[in-house]
Amino acid sequence: MTFTPEVPPAAPDSHPGVAGTTTAFTVNGTPRSVAADTRVTLLDALRDLLALTGTKKGCDQGACGACTVHVDGRRVLACLTLLAQCEGREVTTIEGLSRDGRPHPMQEAFVRHDGFQCGYCTPGQIMSAVALLREDRARTDKDIREFMSGNLCRCAAYPNIVAAIRDVAQRGGVDADL
Amino acid sequence: MRTFEYVRPLDVPDALAAHAGDTATAYLAGGTTQLDLMKDGVLEPARLVDITRLPMRGIFTEGTALRVGALTTMEELAADPTVERRLPLVREALLLGASVQLRNMATIGGNLLQRTRCRYFRDPGVAACNKRAPGSGCAAVTGPARMHAILGVSERCIALHASDVAVALVALDAVVHVEGPEGDRSVPLTEFYVEAGTRPEVEHTLGHGELITAVEIPRLPETTRSGYLKVRDRVSYEFALTSAAVALDIENGMIRDARIGLGGVGSKPWRAAAAEEVLRDAPPGPAVFREAAEAAVTGAWTVPGTEFKVELAKRTLVRQLTTVSEVAP
Ligand SMILES: Cc1cc2nc3c(=O)[nH]c(=O)nc-3n(C[C@H](O)[C@H](O)[C@H](O)COP(=O)(O)OP(=O)(O)OC[C@H]3O[C@@H](n4cnc5c(N)ncnc54)[C@H](O)[C@@H]3O)c2cc1C
Ligand code: SF4
Ligand code: FES
Ligand code: FES
Repeated sequence: MTFTPEVPPAAPDSHPGVAGTTTAFTVNGTPRSVAADTRVTLLDALRDLLALTGTKKGCDQGACGACTVHVDGRRVLACLTLLAQCEGREVTTIEGLSRDGRPHPMQEAFVRHDGFQCGYCTPGQIMSAVALLREDRARTDKDIREFMSGNLCRCAAYPNIVAAIRDVAQRGGVDADL
Repeated sequence: MRTFEYVRPLDVPDALAAHAGDTATAYLAGGTTQLDLMKDGVLEPARLVDITRLPMRGIFTEGTALRVGALTTMEELAADPTVERRLPLVREALLLGASVQLRNMATIGGNLLQRTRCRYFRDPGVAACNKRAPGSGCAAVTGPARMHAILGVSERCIALHASDVAVALVALDAVVHVEGPEGDRSVPLTEFYVEAGTRPEVEHTLGHGELITAVEIPRLPETTRSGYLKVRDRVSYEFALTSAAVALDIENGMIRDARIGLGGVGSKPWRAAAAEEVLRDAPPGPAVFREAAEAAVTGAWTVPGTEFKVELAKRTLVRQLTTVSEVAP
């Protein structure tokens, strides 16, 4: 797919003389170069400029975890990260988890355990859960709950989310061939 | 959000030059306070100086202290083996704060400079806020308040400094290293912050445009036991109603040294020196803990919504003194 990012027009209350920036980074293994207004967050760049709408915008204020992605392998919030700060970084989104056309083991476990209802928080939950296992923090249900607390679920699918993560952890983690 | 110019210097001199003390310029570290408040329209810088590529990262041992680069993240500091073994109160305060995602972004320098969560401050639609608009009044003193401070406050502002780790660091006599156009200096954290007083917009002694480069944390003696207790409305991912960072050195049934920081109560991360005084050279036990707790909240100033914090702060401190000293409650 070819996609030409558009630079949004400057808002009427702009500080004068401000230009946009061009950010070169990697998204799901593919090098990207995106020109945008300096205000554009990683979240808006992914969704609106790169057409990767799997990453969700819940609160846009760092409170809900729906926008969780990995930057250089660590889980962070895309809504409080400026696109410009991603220069040279490697970003992984929910679209980048599948391998050889197969869903990621964590995605399969969420399906198996019904780890969602409306599904809006799910991409963030899964990105967080994959990082959780890499951090080796899924040893007990209590730990899973504590270290997943940055991902809110308005449908309260929490018990099934914990079950899905526990399942993947018990099968040998995210790198196991499930 | 208003537009801004974005610059990304690679070393400290370039960062200082890019900022140049300009009132319309701000530094950007993890962005979890800075961008959040820009989205709310509370902060409107014309230029953001991204400092995340400066060489101010990492944790080094220097004599009996740890020198923590200002860009070290909360998660990185919590995972440090020395912090785990020798500074449990710091580790616990870090891991009980925010969420993993936020802690992967948030830096130690930024954490010390995080702004209050007062909801009137964060809402430019509220006219009366002396901190945001000096001289405009204080909506929290007259309106509903709860997540506000009771110590070091004035009728002009009851905003809370909501950092957890700063409470542990102030108890440990951590030192902030600063670099500015005039050169470097270092400031004890106990002298870094300013109480609300008559000018609530002034929160610390860092000059505009100065950079925090590192935080130096003295290690506790091997014999000292410590920990952090955070009391909050939900079990995880919530700011403190009250909290207590406690370090006790107990020898032959007597408290030789006590360090106490209180969270959820102060306009600045609160060092409870009066409580430490009560405990020093006393035998640990419920009566002396209660006496220390009374001393800790002397001078509290409350509004109806924050009255509960006086008793809650005392109980939080007594509970944590009991836990750390391992005496029967
Ligand atoms: C939803 C949510 C929940 C939270 N929960 C908690 C909690 O439970 N406990 C807790 O303690 N905190 C909590 N926080 C606050 C969080 O810890 C802070 O926002 C964070 O530590 C700030 O660090 P940062 O690197 O993101 O700073 P930034 O947002 O980048 O910067 C903060 C301020 O410091 C300035 N600055 C940053 N670094 C430097 C430096 N080196 N030198 C000079 N100036 C500098 C910036 O200009 C800015 O004014 C929470 C935040 C959110 C959004
Ligand atoms: S408490 Fe302080 S920050 Fe909050 S409204 Fe009053 S003056 Fe503003
Ligand atoms: S959208 Fe980023 S945390 Fe809610
Ligand atoms: S499944 Fe609906 S918000 Fe989580």
